[in-house]
Amino acid sequence: MAGVQANRLANGGLIDRSVSLNFRFDGKSFSGFQGDTLASALVANGVKLVGRSFKYHRPRGILTAGSEEPNALVELRNGARREPNTKATTAELYEGLEAASQNRWPSLRHDFMSVNQLFAPIFVAGFYYKTFMWPAKFWEAIYEPAIRRAAGLGRAAGVADPDHYDKAWAHCDVLIAGSGPAGLAAALAAGRSGARVILCEEDFALGGRLLSDGGTIDGMPAAEWISRTLAELAALPDVRLMTRTTLFGVYDGGTYGAIERVNDHLPSPPEHQVRQRLWRIVAKRCVVAAGAIERPIVFAGNDTPGVMMASAMRTYVARYAATPAKRVALFTNNEDGWRTVETALGAGLQIAAVVDARPDVSAAHRSLASKGGFPVLNGSVSAVDGGKDGARKISVSLTGGARAEVEADGLAVSGGWNPAVALTSYHRGRPKWQDDIAAFVPDGAPPGMVAAGAANGAFGLGACLGQGFAAGAQAARDAGRSGKAGSAPVAEDGAFSLTPLWHVAGKGKAFVDQQHDVTASDIELAQREGFESVEHLKRYTTLGMATDQGKGSNVAGLAIMAAVSGKSIPETGTTIYRPPYVPVAIGAFAGHHRDKNFHATRLTPSHHWAAEQGAIFVDTGLWKRAQWYPRAGEKDWLESVTREVKAVRSGVGFCDVSTLGKIDVHGPDAGAFLDRVYINTFSNLAVGKARYGLMLREDGMVYDDGTTSRLAEDHYFLTTTTAKAGPVMQHLEFCRQVLFPELDVQLTSVSDQWAQFSIAGPMTRDLLRELVDPAEDLSNEGFPFMGAREVALRGGIKARLFRISFSGEMAFEISVPARHGDALVRNLTQAGAPFGVTPYGTEALGVMRIEKGHVAGPELSGTTTAADLGLGKMMSTKKDFIGRVMAGREALVAADRQVVVGIKPTDKASRLRSGAHIIPKGETPGPGNDQGYVTSICFSPTLDQWIGLGLVERGRERIGEIVHAHDPLRGEEYDVELCNPVFYDPEGGRQRG
Amino acid sequence: MRIVCPFCGERELGEFTYLGDAKPQRPAADAGEDAVYDYVYLRDNVAGVMSEHWYHGGGCRSWLKITRNTLTHEISSVEPAAGVGAAKVGV
Repeated sequence: MAGVQANRLANGGLIDRSVSLNFRFDGKSFSGFQGDTLASALVANGVKLVGRSFKYHRPRGILTAGSEEPNALVELRNGARREPNTKATTAELYEGLEAASQNRWPSLRHDFMSVNQLFAPIFVAGFYYKTFMWPAKFWEAIYEPAIRRAAGLGRAAGVADPDHYDKAWAHCDVLIAGSGPAGLAAALAAGRSGARVILCEEDFALGGRLLSDGGTIDGMPAAEWISRTLAELAALPDVRLMTRTTLFGVYDGGTYGAIERVNDHLPSPPEHQVRQRLWRIVAKRCVVAAGAIERPIVFAGNDTPGVMMASAMRTYVARYAATPAKRVALFTNNEDGWRTVETALGAGLQIAAVVDARPDVSAAHRSLASKGGFPVLNGSVSAVDGGKDGARKISVSLTGGARAEVEADGLAVSGGWNPAVALTSYHRGRPKWQDDIAAFVPDGAPPGMVAAGAANGAFGLGACLGQGFAAGAQAARDAGRSGKAGSAPVAEDGAFSLTPLWHVAGKGKAFVDQQHDVTASDIELAQREGFESVEHLKRYTTLGMATDQGKGSNVAGLAIMAAVSGKSIPETGTTIYRPPYVPVAIGAFAGHHRDKNFHATRLTPSHHWAAEQGAIFVDTGLWKRAQWYPRAGEKDWLESVTREVKAVRSGVGFCDVSTLGKIDVHGPDAGAFLDRVYINTFSNLAVGKARYGLMLREDGMVYDDGTTSRLAEDHYFLTTTTAKAGPVMQHLEFCRQVLFPELDVQLTSVSDQWAQFSIAGPMTRDLLRELVDPAEDLSNEGFPFMGAREVALRGGIKARLFRISFSGEMAFEISVPARHGDALVRNLTQAGAPFGVTPYGTEALGVMRIEKGHVAGPELSGTTTAADLGLGKMMSTKKDFIGRVMAGREALVAADRQVVVGIKPTDKASRLRSGAHIIPKGETPGPGNDQGYVTSICFSPTLDQWIGLGLVERGRERIGEIVHAHDPLRGEEYDVELCNPVFYDPEGGRQRG
Repeated sequence: MRIVCPFCGERELGEFTYLGDAKPQRPAADAGEDAVYDYVYLRDNVAGVMSEHWYHGGGCRSWLKITRNTLTHEISSVEPAAGVGAAKVGV
C-alpha cells in the first residue's frame, strides 16, 4: 500500500511532494509528504476510521484539523517514547512514524468493547454515582478495574522518559499569540515600532487560517503577503517567531507559559537536544490573536467517520491537497460554511447537497449551486447513517416538515465560530455574549493583554488585519516604543450571516462532547436531575473535561442546557477557564530537575575523602553525609557503628559536622540581640567561651538549638541544626530587620565557609597536638570545657577550636576555611594513625547523643517546650525573648505534659523501636491511656543493650517505673523501664576532663 | 508574579518567601498574655488590599513590607523593613 495516496490531489497544497515519508498506522504501511500532519496523511490515504470512543467504543474519524481534535487521538511512537492521546491533527509526519489507535480490542475494526453501545442506557450522565453505590469494597476490586479496561484513552509508556526537557525564560515588550492575519499584522506594527516582539504559533507553519482559506491582502494573494511579511519581520532587529509553540497560560505580573515542541516532529531528538522546552515569558503587553474555533451542530450520528468540521475539510483539501470524501454535503447555519463548497468544487470534488439552516441563501450561492448541479436544501441534518467505513446517507428535515435524503460519504458541518477566549479569561474573566455572531467574546482581559481579530469576534479578513495591526502598534507604544508603525495591511471583509442552530432533534445518539461521549440527552438528563448550573453540568456529565477541554463542544453544551432550562445562553454562562490551553507534559514542567538533579546536592568538605574510604552516605536535606564507614569483614551496619562508637569512647574518632548552620553575628548590640532570640543569656558570655542555646518560636514551642561562641566583644559565632540552617537565618533576619530594628547588629550566613569536624575521645588532645602549633595551650587550664578561640595550626593556617562535646567524651570541634577541609581530614587521618583514629558517621554520632540524653530532631518536634526537653531552667526570667509569654500558657506548663525520659527494655536482650506508644503496665492500649511514645532509639555498645528516649507523661517523676510499649504498626508488645535520659557518664566528668 | 525589590530590582516570585500580615506589632514585654496571644494567632483574612511581610531570601535577604491586593495580586508598594541595611553607626 505504501506509496499510493489515493485521496491526494494531483496538484496544490503546502506539502513538499519531493520528500516522501513512510509511516505506519496500526501496523499498516502508508506514505505521506513533508508538510503533512499524521491526520492529513491518513486522509490522503483514505483512512477514515482512526479511533474508538471513550465510553461506547463507537467508531470515530477525524473531526478537525487542529488542537481542538476530540477523536483522532493515537499512541505515537513505541517503547519508552510511546505517547498516548496524541492528536493526529497536530502530530507532524516524519519518516518512520509509528502510531496506533487507542481504546479498542482486539483491533480498531473489530472492537469487542463496542458491545458497550448495547448497554448505552446505563452509561448516562452520572452513571458512576448511580450504578456503583455498593458494596463499597467492590469499587476497588471489581468496578474500577473493569471500567478502566473498558473506558479509556491510550496507554502510558510505563517506563522512564528517555528524553530531556528544558525550561527557559524570555522577556519582551509585546508577546503575540497566533500567526494568522491578526497576529502577523500585530507583529508588523509592534516590530516596526521598535518593540521586542515574541510571536508564538502552535502550528509548524506561520499564517493561521490564511494557509487554508487564502484571500487577497494588499492586492496580492495571501501566500505572497505571508512570505513578504515574514521577510520583513526577519529583517527587524528584535522580532522572534516561535513555531511549534503554544501559549498555554497567563500568570500574574505579565508572566506567560508556553510549550515549545522542539523535536516532536522527529522520531527522537538529535543528540544533546531537548524534546520540548517550557518557556516562561515575561511581557509588558500581550496581543491575543489566537483566532476562533469552528463549532459543531449536534445531530444524530454526528460522530460518524466522514463528518468533519467545514473549515477542517477546507484545510485538508487546500493546505494538504488531501480529500476526506468524494461526494461531500455541507450542513451550515452561516455564510462561512459555503467557503468549503467553493474549495471542494475547486478541487474537483462532487457536491451532494448544501443543507443551510438559514431561511435565505444569497443569489451568488444559488447560482453556484446551479452551476455545480447540486441542490440547496433549506433545513437541517437530522441523522447520518454509516459506520466504521464512513458516512453513507444523510437525512434532512426540511423547513416546513418534509424530509429528504442525500447520498454522501462526507459531511462538512459549520455551526459558526467561537473566538478562542481562553487566554483572555484565565484570570477568572467571563466572556460576554455577542448576538450577531452568536458567540462569547472577551470581556476585558488580564492586565496588559488585549484580543484582536477572530479571537475578539472580528471574523472578516480586513477586520483581523486592522485590529491586529492597531493592537500591535498600541502595545508597542504602551511598552514605551515610539517608532513608526506605518500603515496597516488592507483586505476586504467577507459577509458573516448566521442563524444560531445548536441541536437538531432526531433519533439516535447526538454527541456534544465526542471525546467524553457526552450526548445531548445526557445534558437534558442533567437538567431534569437538577444539575443546571454550568459548573454542575460540567462535572456531572464530564462535558468539556477531556484532553480537548471542550474547545469545540462547550458552547454547544451550554446552548442545549439554556434551551432545556428556558434560559438564554448568556444567562446560563460559561464555566471558569483554567490553563493549560493544551496538555503539557509533566516532564516539561520538571525540565532537568529529575532523578539526581531533582534537587541540588550539597557535599561536605570531607565528602571525596569519605567516598574513598567507602563510606555509606545518607541524605539529610540536600546534604550527603557519611552514615558509617564499613570495614572488611563487618557483616552489617550495626557492627560498623558499634565499632565506631567503641573507638571514640576508648580512643579517638572524628566526624564531619560541617552541615550545621553557621551564622556570624556582628555589631555592638550582638549580645543584646542574642538575648532576645534565645531563652538564655548571651550578653554575659565571656569572650573565648561557648554556650548552648535554645530558641523558641513566638508561640512558646522549641524552634532550634545549638552552641554559640563569643569570638570577640562584638562578634558571636552561632550554630544551628542542619535541618534549620536556612529557616533560622530567615527568622533571625526577621528579628533583626522587622522586630528589633533599633539594634545595631549584622548577620552573615557562613555555613558553607567553614569545614568543621568534631574530634572526640580520651585521646583527642594527643591527636590535636599533632596538628596544632605547639605554642597553643590545649591543657584543661589553657583550654577549658566550653572554651572557644582561634588557634594556629602547624604550617600557619588559622583554625577555630571549640571545646564542646555532643558525644559526652573529651572533645573539640575544629573548623578551618572550607577550602582546607579536605586537607584537614587527610591530616587528621595521617596524624591520628598512631592513635588508631577512627572516622565515624551520623549513626555513631546519633548513638552517642542518645547515650548522653541529648535531644535532637525527633525531640525538637515543634510540639515540645523547653521544659519538656528538660531544659526549662535555661529560660531566663530577667529578660524578654521570643516565645517567652506564650511559653507560660497554662497548657504549656501543665504538670502532666509528656517530657523527655530515658527508656530501656526490661528484657535486656530485646530491641526497642521508635514510634512505639507508652501505656501504663497492665492496661489495654487505647487512646485514653496513651501516655507518649518512643522518639529515638539505638543499640548502645557502651551499655550493651538497646536504649531510647521518649516523650512520656510526667516522665521525669516516674523514673524506675515499668510501663508497656505498644507498637501496633509492627505488632510488638513489650515492657520497658523509664530511666534517667543520661545513660552515660551522668556527672559529665569525661567531657570536662 | 513579580516583585520589584528596592535593592535588587524586578525579580521573579520564586526568589521570595511569604510570611503574612504585616499589621500585627510585637507587643511590649509587659503587655500581657492576651496581647501576645492576639499578636501570635489573630490575623485578618483580607479580600483586598493588605500589607504583608515578604523575604527576599533568593536575593539580598531583605525583609520587605509589600502592599498587595489579595484578589488581583496587584502590588502597589514595596518598602524595606525598618532594620534593613548596613550597621547603624552613629544612629
